[in-house]
Amino acid sequence: MDYLDQLEAEAIYILREVAGQFDRPALLFSGGKDSICLVHLALKAFRPGKFPFPLVHVDTGHNFQEVLNYRDQIVSEIGEKLIIRKVEDTIIQRNLQDGKGKFPSRNVLQTYTLLDVIEEFEFDACIGGARRDEEKARAKERIFSVRDEFGQWDPKKQRPEIWDIYNGRVDKGENVRVFPISNWTELDVWNYIKREKIELPSIYFTHKRDCLITENGQLMNINQFIQLDENDTIVTRNVRYRTVGDMTCTAAVESVASSVDEIIDEITETKISERGATRMDDRASEAAMEDRKKNGYF
Amino acid sequence: MKLLRFFTAGNVDDGKSTLIGRLLYDSKSISTDILETLTKQSKSAGFNTEIDLALLTDGLRAEREQGITIDVAYKYFTTDKRKFIIADTPGHAQYTRNMFTGASNTDLAIILIDARNGITEQTKRHSIITGTLAIPHILICVNKMDLVDFKEEVFEQIKKDYLAFAEPLGIKKISFIPVSALAGDNVVNKSEKINWYKGTTLFDFLENVEIDHEETSKESRFQVQYVIRPQTDELHDYRGYAGSILSGTFRKGDKISIYPLDSQTTIEKIEKNGLEVHEAHAGEPIIIHLSDDLDVSRGSTILPFNQSIQNDNNIEATICWMDNKSFQNGQKLIFQQNSFTSKAVIKEVIGKINIHSYKVEEGEGQIQLNELCKVHIKTAENVSFDSYKHNRKTGAFILINENTNNTVAAGVIL
Ligand SMILES: Nc1nc2c(ncn2[C@@H]2O[C@H](COP(=O)(O)OP(=O)(O)O)[C@@H](O)[C@H]2O)c(=O)[nH]1
Ligand SMILES: [Mg+2]
Repeated sequence: MDYLDQLEAEAIYILREVAGQFDRPALLFSGGKDSICLVHLALKAFRPGKFPFPLVHVDTGHNFQEVLNYRDQIVSEIGEKLIIRKVEDTIIQRNLQDGKGKFPSRNVLQTYTLLDVIEEFEFDACIGGARRDEEKARAKERIFSVRDEFGQWDPKKQRPEIWDIYNGRVDKGENVRVFPISNWTELDVWNYIKREKIELPSIYFTHKRDCLITENGQLMNINQFIQLDENDTIVTRNVRYRTVGDMTCTAAVESVASSVDEIIDEITETKISERGATRMDDRASEAAMEDRKKNGYF
Repeated sequence: MKLLRFFTAGNVDDGKSTLIGRLLYDSKSISTDILETLTKQSKSAGFNTEIDLALLTDGLRAEREQGITIDVAYKYFTTDKRKFIIADTPGHAQYTRNMFTGASNTDLAIILIDARNGITEQTKRHSIITGTLAIPHILICVNKMDLVDFKEEVFEQIKKDYLAFAEPLGIKKISFIPVSALAGDNVVNKSEKINWYKGTTLFDFLENVEIDHEETSKESRFQVQYVIRPQTDELHDYRGYAGSILSGTFRKGDKISIYPLDSQTTIEKIEKNGLEVHEAHAGEPIIIHLSDDLDVSRGSTILPFNQSIQNDNNIEATICWMDNKSFQNGQKLIFQQNSFTSKAVIKEVIGKINIHSYKVEEGEGQIQLNELCKVHIKTAENVSFDSYKHNRKTGAFILINENTNNTVAAGVIL
């Protein structure tokens, strides 16, 4: 078997284990390329049957319109159930402080909405598109990652995960986060998208965009949430997105890549990692991701 | 392109994390932003050379603070020839279960030995686990050659000692490379200082080592993971058994047996990726349709009717105990083999495996964390299995504590 076949087989196997082991699983769908691949893999795992889980979108309200359109289109095409829960509503219900500052990200606030939707539907497993190559704390996480009642990850208490025998047993209130594409790299994802001819939201490909240049030299999309001030440098560049997240903390990269082939060439050549190029949230501190996961993040 | 999965093991401080860091660094597989962070961290930790390459895999806060590896880290890199998945595992005896986790799914073990110390207890423990897991190939990297003046005698002595020790473990192939992970000798670049060594560098070794695909030739085994029943108007009678082929090949029209049901029927249809196929092979996720409507469910095993498999509720196995709490007599357990589960108990502890001699010693006392034991397990329902030596897929299982839900042991059927 070719390596992409092996990665695909592993992911399908994991998805079917989720279906076989849990009463109320869900697939967390952001509209980004990784969760789009998950949907594609789920089609392979379960068709001609229905998905044994709904798709769940934790909506930060800071979305690219192209991604929302894509989400609605794919959901209607495949005819599966989509549950949307908005961070905006959580902020009101729980009387939370919205993101502040120049880039008022809701990345941390998403965790509340996620934990609320898990509680609301009593989900016992949440499938996510996280990959171990993204970040050093993720490189340590199991494929079946057990979370306590508060959604917390305890890296010191991870269950041994031997061979591909997955132990998804949890008590009521606890849940398991499942990461079927843990072993895929960014390049694997793109090679898979190419091989399977998977369609993506247009912001993954080059387009002209007005951007603000941050202190770190990152290119941020200008939108109604970002506080512009006089000293800001605004430029028009050919850009594309390597990841799709909260608009206020996800940067674009300069690129003229207009096809999947060109993107693959670009990623093969690039010297900077996916998160390094695009995320502001991980730069905050050394253990930003580990800390977020300990608090119930994806 | 082919995939090679390997893991690194060895005693604490023998240089596992540094070796992986070096491998990725010298093969230019680390992004600039990650390197920048590593350089900063290394400086603030007062590291004397430029960067502490071990920081690349030690991704948890506690690991960086204590300068040790606590849990497996997975790293990925690709060359023109191959794609690699690396599991960097911890060396402390205390974290053996994490080492076991990292090792279980691999085709190759890299065990490091500090040239100054030679074989240690952990070298032995990790080699025995590698043997127990039937990983076909061990590569011994004799590391820190810079600290023994790159002397050939040191390397040759360790090689001799190791081969003598490893003899009874039944490892198919053992190779040796002298390296310095810190300085990069023989990792990606050939060492000038180790000029007496005529073999390949680690990098060349990894690109070219033969991967043993034993699963492909084995007897055919399939286990049902999930039953697909759309129950729509147009697919009213559709009933597909979804799962991955554990070993061998299945074809349309094959006469098959189903366990634990012990019934026979034929394969009416095989679907792969939504298309009907004539045959499918080990590792492939498929959907099987049977000619008769039988009570087949998750965990059922399917095999050609002219092949046999063991069906029993008495199982002899070697297990590695992985729970912090030691084994309690009569403890209620769940036996899980892929998608098959049954209630189970450990009836008898036949003996513990001595890490030094590899002998089974009649055990008195309890089974403690990280101990390897030979045991006799009784399951509530019959298990369909092969011995692990014959089939890594149908001979492997885990034990779960029914009360805490924790995975308390991993086992291989004898
Ligand atoms: N002199 C020398 N030191 C090394 C070498 N490889 C690793 N070290 C050092 O040995 C220590 C332990 O290394 P580390 O990679 O953390 O070991 P691990 O516990 O096996 O992962 C660190 O201080 C390394 O810098 C080597 O080849 N030569
Ligand atoms: Mg280490």
